[in-house]
Amino acid sequence: MRYNEIAAAMIARAKELLSDGTVNRVIGWKRGEFCYDVTPAVFETAEELEKDFVYDAFCGANVSKYLIRESEKPGKILCFLKPCDTFSFNQLLTEHRIRRENVHVIGIPCEGMADMRRIRKAGIDGVTGIREEDGGFTVETLYGEERISVYDALAERCLSCKSKRHVVYDELIGEEGEDHPDAPRFEQVAKLEEMTAEERFAFWRGELSRCIRCNACRNVCPACICENCVFDNPDSGISQKAAADTFEENMYHIIRAFHVAGRCTDCGECSRVCPENIPLHLLNRKFIKDIDELYGVYRAGEKADARNPLVDFTEADAEARVVHERGKA
Amino acid sequence: MQKIGVFVCHCGTNIAATVDVKAVAEALGREPSVVVSQDYTYMCSESGQNLIKDSIRDYGLTGVVICSCSPRMHEATFRRAAAQAGLNPYMVEIANIREQCSWIHKDKAEATEKAIILGRAAIAKVQHNTPLIAGESSVTKRALVIGGGIAGIQTALDIAEAGFPVDIVEQKPTIGGKMAQLDKTFPTLDCSACILTPKMVDCAQNENIKIYSYSEVESVSGFVGNFTVKIRRKARYVDEVKCTGCGLCTEKCPVKKVPNEFNLGMDNRRAIYIPFAQAVPKIAVIDPDWCNMLKNGKCGVCSKVCTAGAIDYKQKDTVIEEHYGAIVAATGFEISDVSRYDEYAYSQSKDVITSLEFERLTNAAGPTGGTLLRPSDGKHPHTIVFIQCVGSRCTPDKGKPYCSGICCMYTAKHAMLTREKYPDTEVYVFYIDVRTPGKNFDEFYRRAVEEFGVHYIKGAVGKVSPRADGTLDVQASDLIMNEQLHISADLVVLAAAIEPSKTARSLATMLTASMDTNDFFTEAHPKLRPVESPTAGIFLSGVCQGPKDIPSTVSQASACAAKVVGLLIKNKLTGNPCVAHSDELMCNGCSNCANVCPYGAITYSDKEFRMPDRTTKTRRVAWVNPAVCQGCGACTVACPSGAMDLSGFSNSQIMAEVDAICK
Repeated sequence: MRYNEIAAAMIARAKELLSDGTVNRVIGWKRGEFCYDVTPAVFETAEELEKDFVYDAFCGANVSKYLIRESEKPGKILCFLKPCDTFSFNQLLTEHRIRRENVHVIGIPCEGMADMRRIRKAGIDGVTGIREEDGGFTVETLYGEERISVYDALAERCLSCKSKRHVVYDELIGEEGEDHPDAPRFEQVAKLEEMTAEERFAFWRGELSRCIRCNACRNVCPACICENCVFDNPDSGISQKAAADTFEENMYHIIRAFHVAGRCTDCGECSRVCPENIPLHLLNRKFIKDIDELYGVYRAGEKADARNPLVDFTEADAEARVVHERGKA
Repeated sequence: MQKIGVFVCHCGTNIAATVDVKAVAEALGREPSVVVSQDYTYMCSESGQNLIKDSIRDYGLTGVVICSCSPRMHEATFRRAAAQAGLNPYMVEIANIREQCSWIHKDKAEATEKAIILGRAAIAKVQHNTPLIAGESSVTKRALVIGGGIAGIQTALDIAEAGFPVDIVEQKPTIGGKMAQLDKTFPTLDCSACILTPKMVDCAQNENIKIYSYSEVESVSGFVGNFTVKIRRKARYVDEVKCTGCGLCTEKCPVKKVPNEFNLGMDNRRAIYIPFAQAVPKIAVIDPDWCNMLKNGKCGVCSKVCTAGAIDYKQKDTVIEEHYGAIVAATGFEISDVSRYDEYAYSQSKDVITSLEFERLTNAAGPTGGTLLRPSDGKHPHTIVFIQCVGSRCTPDKGKPYCSGICCMYTAKHAMLTREKYPDTEVYVFYIDVRTPGKNFDEFYRRAVEEFGVHYIKGAVGKVSPRADGTLDVQASDLIMNEQLHISADLVVLAAAIEPSKTARSLATMLTASMDTNDFFTEAHPKLRPVESPTAGIFLSGVCQGPKDIPSTVSQASACAAKVVGLLIKNKLTGNPCVAHSDELMCNGCSNCANVCPYGAITYSDKEFRMPDRTTKTRRVAWVNPAVCQGCGACTVACPSGAMDLSGFSNSQIMAEVDAICK
């Protein structure tokens, strides 16, 4: 299905559910100042849907996290979840953060989301629209139309898409897709593992020292769901906003990676929103890879009643000694 | 602002020889909030304690740091002293400068520097300490013994004799364990059954003892003094109350070819059976894997012959729940699998047997009625070779690294009894060492050699090869004579390594009791607390704690009972105030803490909160039951928001310690 067909079906179904009273709100996406500047938005009427609702290759934002607050409100909300968003949704259910009874979930197909940074890198500027055509994308710009291949346009997380299958939904639009358990998600992590400790340290210093501590990664992360985040809590001892020393930002990301370990669904939102283009998802993927290797393959959010291996014990778990030895490498 | 006193102990020369204690006292005296810093030869002595007490009064101390041995040693002593001087005992911190400093360092300058750092960390922690008050909990005056072998029997009898009710859970249909299968016992050679079965009967008759045979522990929750245990009573298909143990059903049952596990498969029993004549309880049990009635609904003979009407083919497993104050693990051992050492041809020849099989072959109630006959042809063996340490004292990849502890003695017994009963039999024993450390043990072994003419050969057997004529070629080396031997044997007996029961590990997980790498339960202290597990309220009896013979098992079982009685006799237990608590305003309700809690101390509930904007919000928040929490701290590290904290070891205290060390 093409995005414009999917979007039409979504709007039609949303109107039905609004009018028959099943839901009183719809969460989806709305265009910002630019066409690629799409943000999650809540719609309450058919008119608003007609006017602003979009679903296209720029709707990468994961709306799951918004449902924590939205599901606390009176009435039921309709949400549209892409396959990878359903993992985050499920993980939030596991942690009792979303009131499932207040959410109607429609699983929608995803053909991969475009990454504006990569499109610009391909020399395309002044973008005003995007549509899939002939197995690639046609990008509308101020200067006319340009062609770009799927490989050059898609976000890295979509090139290594972990699943086109929805793990939770009440209904589906379009055909159910397939799971990609063997997606090449860990290639870059493996490259980092091959480095010496010094090289790796230099790599991360280079990346993380660009951090401006805008907190966007934390704010967007569907695993960062604390009522009171340690970075906002003066009693935690790690809440400094300003850089106390040159390692402060590095520490922030290390702490955050530990906090979401075992709960991160690898949705890749952290890297998408980073204004400094830091590959933050690699930190999380390293944890996922380690967990897979030490405790057996585990995909956070795949099952709503699953226990993440870091808060579970089985007799098959790797001994602490093994974990320790690996850590020396 | 705290007023802290620092007290540095010399521990004679234990600390003072490697740590400059005066320099430590002086350096720590300069730390913020420290108003007095002193050193003394023995801080734990009465005068040392008086020094602390006087300082608390004289200087009005609000916190005390003692630089001494491990808190496991004297924390309680110093806390008591502080309490006597009117200071809350939880305002005392110990800096371990003995085990973690003086004993492991040689260089005095280095050790002194480290002692100062450890002292600083303790001072930093005390700055954040708050007075804590311990709660009390009640004690359920009933004990559970898991395992009904000689260890469990002895522990249960002793607890019952002291006046407390005790339940035995045994997975087999009868109590008695391995000892019931033995023929004679070293070093006195009394008949095993003759000394064991009266104790089994005592258990059955003691009104304080309840036996749950053919049952397994399914789950354990709670804590010292207040355990809740679910016990699965497996279906016997025989009504325990109605069955009189007459045994008629076991004679009439048409299924005759069931391998008899009591005789290690060397003869057969019926599908309905009583394990052995002196079984307790003497109640028949139907083996569902063999019974025709249970498998395909055709038969019903036992039901027809049973005059008591005890047969119940529709019986189901039942799960009962009981409450206990103390739990004893007495899960015993199994014989390890010797077929992996195929050089000894155990899987190739019926005439290669384990020592336990040898016991059954010489037992009057065994498959041969007590006459020693070869399993293959039922003929009398004229040459018997005993091989020691099969699977014991190995490298971990080949077998057990430990000594099984009992084989040298029972082999001497087997060899001696064989020579006595069948003087025409030649008996060879191949050994690495002969280990006979018990009372009258070495005398016993020497009688086997000197009086009974058993050939003890120091050396290893390389290979046992079955020959066409039915004999076994034993190829071995004699290390003393330095020669290769070939012995033509009729019977080869392997002293197989013993290993903890396969059920022990899952039980240890349920009990949150720790185990070593060989799956033996770990003691709270290997020398000073040998019958207690590090988990409060869990006690250890018999081989589940380590290999031992019957005399040691019985001594340990009684020691264990004494410890259990010491617990059950208390009306109240003083709790540990160092327990976790959740800050409801920060709790996300994610259940991570409840998932990692090994004690089931954390529950969740929906609570209404008044929000800053004057609305009310219902949130799911964690609550820690302080009586159940053991203060392990697992929840505090699992909590993503830091809502969970541990009194006495709060995040801020630990961070302060780390900061002080890293300064």
